[in-house]
Amino acid sequence: MKVMNKRALGLSAFLVGGAVVLAGCAGGGGGESSGGTDNGGDSGAAENTLTVWVDADRERALQDVATAFEEEKGIAVDLVVKEYEDIQQDFITQVPSGEGPDITIGGHDWTGAFVQDGVVAPVELGDKAAEFEEVAIAAVTYDGNTYGLPYAIENIALVRNADLVPEAPTNFDDMIAKGTAAGTEYPFVVGLNPQNSDPYHLYPFQTSFGNSVFAQNADGSYDAANLTIGDEAGQQFATWLGQQGAAGVFNLNLDGDLAKEAFNAGQAPFFLTGPWNIADAVDAGVNVAVDPIPSAGGDTARPFAGVQTFFLSSQSENALAANEFLVNYIATPEVQTALFEAGGRAPALTESFEAAQTDPIVAGFAAVGAEAVPMPSIPQMGAVWDDWGTTEVAIIQGSDPVSSWTTMAENIQGKIG
Amino acid sequence: MTIPTLDTDDRASDRRADPATEKRRRRAAAFADAASAGWKVWLFKIVALGIVDAMAIYAILVLVVQEQWVIAVAIAVGVVVLNAIYLIPGLLPAKYLAPGLVFLFIFQIFVVLYTVYIAFTNYGSGHNSDKEDAITSLLQQSQTRVADSATYPVQIASRDGEFFLVVEDPETGDLSVGGNELPLESISSPEAAGYDVLDFSQILANQAEIGALAVPLDDDLNDGYLRTTDGSNAYLFQSSLEWDPVADTMTNTETGVVYRDIGTGAFTADDGTEILPGWQVWVGGENFVRAVTEESIRGPFIAVLIWTFVFAFLSVATTFVLGLFLAVVFNDPKMKSRKYYRVILILPYAFPAFLSALIWAGMFNQDFGFINQVLLGGASIPWLLDPILAKVAILIVNLWLGFPYMFLVCTGALQSIPDDIQEAGRVDGAGVWQVFRHIKFPLLLVSVAPLLISSFAFNFNNFNIVYMLTNGGPRFADASINVGATDILISMVYKVAFVGANRDYGLASAFSIIIFILVAVISYVSFRQTKVLEELN
Repeated sequence: MKVMNKRALGLSAFLVGGAVVLAGCAGGGGGESSGGTDNGGDSGAAENTLTVWVDADRERALQDVATAFEEEKGIAVDLVVKEYEDIQQDFITQVPSGEGPDITIGGHDWTGAFVQDGVVAPVELGDKAAEFEEVAIAAVTYDGNTYGLPYAIENIALVRNADLVPEAPTNFDDMIAKGTAAGTEYPFVVGLNPQNSDPYHLYPFQTSFGNSVFAQNADGSYDAANLTIGDEAGQQFATWLGQQGAAGVFNLNLDGDLAKEAFNAGQAPFFLTGPWNIADAVDAGVNVAVDPIPSAGGDTARPFAGVQTFFLSSQSENALAANEFLVNYIATPEVQTALFEAGGRAPALTESFEAAQTDPIVAGFAAVGAEAVPMPSIPQMGAVWDDWGTTEVAIIQGSDPVSSWTTMAENIQGKIG
Repeated sequence: MTIPTLDTDDRASDRRADPATEKRRRRAAAFADAASAGWKVWLFKIVALGIVDAMAIYAILVLVVQEQWVIAVAIAVGVVVLNAIYLIPGLLPAKYLAPGLVFLFIFQIFVVLYTVYIAFTNYGSGHNSDKEDAITSLLQQSQTRVADSATYPVQIASRDGEFFLVVEDPETGDLSVGGNELPLESISSPEAAGYDVLDFSQILANQAEIGALAVPLDDDLNDGYLRTTDGSNAYLFQSSLEWDPVADTMTNTETGVVYRDIGTGAFTADDGTEILPGWQVWVGGENFVRAVTEESIRGPFIAVLIWTFVFAFLSVATTFVLGLFLAVVFNDPKMKSRKYYRVILILPYAFPAFLSALIWAGMFNQDFGFINQVLLGGASIPWLLDPILAKVAILIVNLWLGFPYMFLVCTGALQSIPDDIQEAGRVDGAGVWQVFRHIKFPLLLVSVAPLLISSFAFNFNNFNIVYMLTNGGPRFADASINVGATDILISMVYKVAFVGANRDYGLASAFSIIIFILVAVISYVSFRQTKVLEELN
């Protein structure tokens, strides 16, 4: 008797679960919300709840912001914590199914892929656009529209142990000379790995030869039809990289964690890294100074600037509330400063950005950031990283620089079409 | 003498229907009928089925609203069948099998069918959703604010259930009102003209309609229209794309180019240029043709295929030899404290493979790794940078990850071999090695061979270890895609289908079907071979 009941109970649970799974799989067809049709699998959220995807770091900063916004406007903000690495893919796959969030955080370099897949809506900043740092607005601008609201700018710079080397180097060779004179285990460290080296960290040296990946249009956006990475300047950089590899300056086996350990232990006076490693270095008792990146080729060394952004879903049924939250709330100095204090990245709003400059470390990164170029957000960039990284590995290990570099440019061109 | 053996599958089970079992079955059926006649059970049955039916009907309604006909029909048929099974007396096997079949359908058959379906579509970057979504996004993206235009403070008003923008002129402060396709006209105040001004909560309750308001500045739409994105400010927009629902075309208002739906899943101009986002369409066997003819794959394909077979075979062989050796050693009753050793041996199996692969990658580091630094006394062996050594490294790590499993199954199989056979062998004068070679090993293979085949199939697609340890590297210098010496088929496919930001689910699904066919053929042939072993029983 009992057994029978239990079995039937279990069975019904299975079937209910199954029906729900299938309904969930159905997805799609959310389409244009005409008059607020109920979207099937909606998780019973209240009428005006904004769903925002954040990562664990940002969640702490946004908790208070969300609470304050709810008290003021009567719109609940539901913060869903996700792994930062998963956000891009999940946003692309879930928005069309109507299960996606209203807003997500992300890097501005995702914009191209998002636009191509039709999952983001433009955010009209109106006159507020002028209140942001120029590089931040340039980064979130794509095809003449602003997609998303920038809240933080990050870039790498040369971090120096001021106890070992008292003054900033003038160029790359000077840095190596100073580092060698300091008598530590390594003159200079940067995190690389044996598979992909790290094109992102090596990029400032590449730009110091006057090379870039794509040509830039007049308005600062990138021209996907004009791949410039293989030009004369690029080949000069490749030759230089081969020389440095032979001299043992770049060690592929010294990955990001090992480089950080070495710098924090005082085994290297110079460390090419971003703001994310500063807190640990200070905790380890290093006297940290932030310098401009020394030039290897004579021009200014310009790293990539990455701009952290809030994206608005193209399928959001709360578009007005979401815009209210972004444009009239996140774009305020208080909130941008709170986010800066939680994340340690320079704020994108000029007023908060200026206020953050009192910290010499932030000011150091910001000075480099002023010269930085936005990381390309065109979808074609995705086809570049892979070949770029493996080619730099090959060159550092001693394959012929110029021919490897031009082959790489041809392969990338072939993929972009 | 019949030898009691541990049956690992039901193929050897007794299927003869002698009168005794027939009688038992009849009696069982009678019992079951008697039991199910209890009113409590009936009541429970009806309630449980009622809940299931209610859920199913809800799901079907939702699906019909979303126009997902296939799944709606599938659920409808499924639920009717379920009701039939549990309401019609008798059908006892079906009553027991139904829950399992439901699960089989959801977790296996549905997933397989869906993968097959995707393989015949162009699902991927730029073709991410349906046509309706694509049109919505294109129109959203084509609206740009008129350069240097003013910001208009607005209020939202309603009259007769319609919504209007009450616009304040930024220079003069004069009010005017306008609605969808109703150009602005001056008013003194909204209340005087019979409009109700909405407060913020009312605006939020009608976001969709208010967000869609486009108020022409004057009679000519090309001068732009006002839209509000936050309910308090409006901006002047112009649209560069015009959607004609009747002709199903997109027209670029600046260049005059007309883009048509020609069935390729994106609006296409006469000269072949597409505007993205597009949508998913059925493309037939195109993905399979591409999978075979894809230029970037054809080059390294043979090298990768050979390595895939070598890797899978050697992974099974090395783990099996080591696992079997340890199992035999620890099966000897003379070994002291066997229990503790066994627990220690299972540890690698208990660690997550992802984590292990990452830790091993660190240990193989040429300059700082534990293996070179400590075990080899400061040698500088490029474990992960040399093609041959990287292959060796992968096999070593897979051996470490895989031998505990083999140890477990071999231990189980050894313990199920009765001692009296070995005794008989020894009495006949066979040595230890002969007993193992001619008695233990063949009997062990009977139960372990299917597991070896499944282990081969698993390693054939062992994506995790390759991805985590070497990511396929070191790279082939001459390949145009990032394929390397340790890439197996599945990791190469991953790189082709998901390189960078370009995801091609259609191509990836086509590849996974091709790989499935490969593995299925190998497994089928191998299983046929193992039938020979069963004659030993």
